[in-house]
Amino acid sequence: MKYAYYPGCSLESGSAAYDVSVRAVMQCLGAQLDELDDWNCCGATEYFTQHELVALSVIARNLALVDKQYDQLVAPCAACFLNLKKTDKLMADDPKLKAHVNEALGAGGLSYKPGTVRVRHLLDVLYTDIGENKLRQMTKRPLAGLRIAPYYGCQVVRPLNGFDNTEYPMKMDELFTWLGAEVVDYPVKAHCCGGHMTQISEPQAFELIRRLLQSAQDYKADVIVCICPMCQLNLDAYQSRVNSEFDKSFNLPVLFLTQLVGIALGLDWKKVGIGKEIVSAEPVLRQRLLSGAGA
Amino acid sequence: MSQTNFEPKIVGFLCNWCSYRAADLAGIARITHAPNVRIVRVMCSGRVDPTFVLKALSLGADGVMIAGCHPGECHYVDQNYKAMRRYHLLKHTLHAMGVEPDRVRLVWASAAEGQQLAEAIDGLVADVKKLGPLGWSQNWEENGERLHALEEIINEHAEAMEVHA
Amino acid sequence: MAEKVGVYVCHCGSNIAGKVNVEEVAKWAGENLQDVAVSRDYKFMCSSLGQKMIEDDIRGEGLTRVVVAACSPHLHEKTFRRACTNAGLNPYLLDMTNIREHCSWVHRDMDSATLKAKSLVSAAVSRVKFQEPLEPTYVDVNPATLVIGGGIAGLQATLELADAGYHVYLVERSPSIGGHMAQFDKTFPTLDCSACILTPKMSEAGQHENVTLLTYSEIESVKGSVGNFEVKVRKKARRVDYDACTGCGICIEKCPRKVVDTEFEAGLGFRKAIYTPFPQAVPRVPVIDADSCIWFQRQKCRACEKLCPTDAIKFDQEDETLTLNVGNIILATGWKPFECRDIPQYGYGRLANVYTSLEFERLCNAAGPTNGKIVLRDGKTEPQSVAIIHCVGSRDVRHNEYCSGICCMASLKFGHLVLEKTKANVYSFYIDMRTNQKGYEEFYQRLLEEGMHFVRGKVSEITDAARMPNEQGKLIIQCEDTLMGRQRRIPVDMVVLMGALEPQSDAKEMGLKCGISCSMQGFFTERHPKLDPVATMTDGIFVAGACQGPKDIPASVAQGAAAAARVQGMITKGKVMVEPVVAKINEEACSGCRICNNICPYNAIEYDAERGVSHIITALCKGCGTCVSACPASVISGAHFSDQQIDAEIEGVLWDVIRPKSAVVSAN
Repeated sequence: MKYAYYPGCSLESGSAAYDVSVRAVMQCLGAQLDELDDWNCCGATEYFTQHELVALSVIARNLALVDKQYDQLVAPCAACFLNLKKTDKLMADDPKLKAHVNEALGAGGLSYKPGTVRVRHLLDVLYTDIGENKLRQMTKRPLAGLRIAPYYGCQVVRPLNGFDNTEYPMKMDELFTWLGAEVVDYPVKAHCCGGHMTQISEPQAFELIRRLLQSAQDYKADVIVCICPMCQLNLDAYQSRVNSEFDKSFNLPVLFLTQLVGIALGLDWKKVGIGKEIVSAEPVLRQRLLSGAGA
Repeated sequence: MSQTNFEPKIVGFLCNWCSYRAADLAGIARITHAPNVRIVRVMCSGRVDPTFVLKALSLGADGVMIAGCHPGECHYVDQNYKAMRRYHLLKHTLHAMGVEPDRVRLVWASAAEGQQLAEAIDGLVADVKKLGPLGWSQNWEENGERLHALEEIINEHAEAMEVHA
Repeated sequence: MAEKVGVYVCHCGSNIAGKVNVEEVAKWAGENLQDVAVSRDYKFMCSSLGQKMIEDDIRGEGLTRVVVAACSPHLHEKTFRRACTNAGLNPYLLDMTNIREHCSWVHRDMDSATLKAKSLVSAAVSRVKFQEPLEPTYVDVNPATLVIGGGIAGLQATLELADAGYHVYLVERSPSIGGHMAQFDKTFPTLDCSACILTPKMSEAGQHENVTLLTYSEIESVKGSVGNFEVKVRKKARRVDYDACTGCGICIEKCPRKVVDTEFEAGLGFRKAIYTPFPQAVPRVPVIDADSCIWFQRQKCRACEKLCPTDAIKFDQEDETLTLNVGNIILATGWKPFECRDIPQYGYGRLANVYTSLEFERLCNAAGPTNGKIVLRDGKTEPQSVAIIHCVGSRDVRHNEYCSGICCMASLKFGHLVLEKTKANVYSFYIDMRTNQKGYEEFYQRLLEEGMHFVRGKVSEITDAARMPNEQGKLIIQCEDTLMGRQRRIPVDMVVLMGALEPQSDAKEMGLKCGISCSMQGFFTERHPKLDPVATMTDGIFVAGACQGPKDIPASVAQGAAAAARVQGMITKGKVMVEPVVAKINEEACSGCRICNNICPYNAIEYDAERGVSHIITALCKGCGTCVSACPASVISGAHFSDQQIDAEIEGVLWDVIRPKSAVVSAN
């Protein structure tokens, strides 16, 4: 298994824990991830509001950079995944747009033929390509006793995701049951975290974050698991602000998918970035995973 | 093609139950379409022997349309699937013979789809117009051996054109 | 011997003559086409004068073949065949070509329309010379009828036929007849009790001298054709002696094994391992469910056997296969409910107080698991508010595009029952209210007056994630109210999902057994959606009830009765004509390759291993001709659609481009 790897900007900075854990987990599982050479930012949601063609061209550059030897490009960030996938689809559907984008790419000596690269989200790769058997086999430290609230966010569930129910996703839920965890089937797992709303209107943003934290807590989750750096940031970094705004006392660690997969695979906690989060995960992880198990 | 007034001659094999009735409906609804397709009725698209198509082309037709019921709606359970499989093999054979495979088209039309059938007819006529006359028959007259070669190809592919259920 | 062909070109008033130069076509045919003895045009060929013209020519001119160029053969082929027969010419020596629907009505330019008409006439003349006289065969109709499915549609058909004096075999898959209607409490819009109107019909069918009831039985195979079908039915082992059992019910009472009843009680109630689905079941003879019976699982117990006063328990009973001979078959196999878990955002199976409509029917039913009390899953709390969601899996491109037809009315019925039995508020979330049968709209008005709330909009989500204090502990319906033009969140205690009516999961398989097709959605295809909604494309097979499309009770009953009437017509006539358009194998030239054997959808081709050849069972052949084109040795010929006829037609249709015949590739 060999994939081109598009980390995306967040994973280079604030969400480094996601990047290190993705690399560690995939290496452990025997899947080769080769980072795309000279990749650029996908523009998140902002570029699209400025100029669609520019936004698409910026994204398409990454697709054009994928070397012939790879037919799949893996993105761990839900927003990057959606942008890359969307661009491929829009170019395939609209020959005029394809021509325009390629004209832009041509200035840099590049071109992209839609359909040549299959864009995958990391969750899809873990769920489908690695699969249940392998994950169960490779589990060294089952997550038994840990109550996980999988949080999908609103980007990865858009209709063209191609691997999960878009209204009520379940793939991460299933994946964590393979690893022995107690999965919390809470109702808001595909609701929006507010994205960049924190920069625009804090009351609105905090209310959205509060709903997610509240529901996870109502369902007695120990930890929330994200597949998008933005979601992780909002839920983790703004948790104390939400607590003071709403007079709450949430204390829910927010981790990335691969961090917990890595722990289940027996990887060193530090190696998968545990400790980089703001609401510390260590106490609950120790309590649930180490106390009873005699470690 | 320099001929601007080229009016292709196209033979249409239409199944009795869906597509022939779709053509009837196009008539009842007065949906005008190109007069180039001359219709031969068969009971089922599964009855269309690929050699019928070759025969029509060899006689001087510029294109052929095969029309049947939609998959899953065949009057004879699933014989249109057999037509579909033969059609794909036939396209290969045509290609091997140097005939543009686009001259032959398989179309699904339910008895309610007069409009769709009329559009399909217009589409095929327009495409064959672009391809120009096939002139297959004239070519042979120049060289009698081609006919022989053609028969050989047919014999060679006879088995491949059979469809196993 | 040269044939004498008569060509008759119809004006159809100005319908054809307005765009096709009819006189020219007739004149041209007479002068240019080989073997044409007479060629005429006439104002209305189908009129009695037109027909008489043909008949006179056949007699006077000694015509041996007739070509009529007029409208679609689907309209008037029978008319002109009759004319030929009247004049003593075999009707299969006629060919009709369509210069109206396929020509004058769809082309603008007179010259090109006339050219096309000439081509079509040329094709017909060329083909008709190769047509052969054919004789239709007649077969006797067996007056016994098979009805498959014992729901209300099948019951109605059964009773109509049995009352008319004909024998009916009623085959039902489950242990009792009655179908879904037996599960219901009330029926809309009159609110009469479902059991009160259904059970008399059930017992009548159970006791009728002309009805053979085969419950707990499945159709294995259907062979033969109209008039004479041979049907194999597998009677599943009841493990209770049907004749010895008196239906006293002591075995059920004493059975120590209780399991959740996922069928009749829709998972809300329990039944024993030996059971009848419900107390009024017909027949009263119970069945033993081997999957839950203690004896079959652990070789212990046998309580029922010990206590049965007539020694009717037979643990070693096995499945039995019966062969039925019938003349006609009525399919009334019904529907299955949509799997509401397929719309996970509605929470069925995850949120306890989300119910399916069938569950709710049982909940309302006085004979149901709660004795008709509408309570939450805990079995005691009465809801203070109930939401009824329409179109769950219907009118939704992701599931079923069609409207299930009955859910609006069923929702109103549920609304009424909730308002009658509880103090709860009732909300209906609908896309459009469809109440277009007798008394339905009035019922809708009645519910508006009774205070049921109607919210127009599709529910996006049902959740237990509360935002406001008043939402705590409730199920919140998130919905866009399209009349108010805003999002609403309505907290309720109970939700009823009005799931779509879907075709049975094995409908395609059943269709295949009977040689009929299903629509894209999987419902059986009727012969004509408007003019022949009970017959199918296979003669002798009729459809009734929801297996043909979603239907309520009145419509199912009407269609059941209509199917019975059609069958009675067949029986009264006594004989059916079998079209002679069939395939035939020249057995002397057959190499026995067996390519044709599997290609036939009707299993009409049999291989004779001894002689090493295949042959066609004429009675089963429907004449599609696929085997004809598949035979590598070209030794199968299709009557009325032979290679020769079609070859000639291709040559004729290309008369204006054709080249010398010698250089043409011969098809076959």
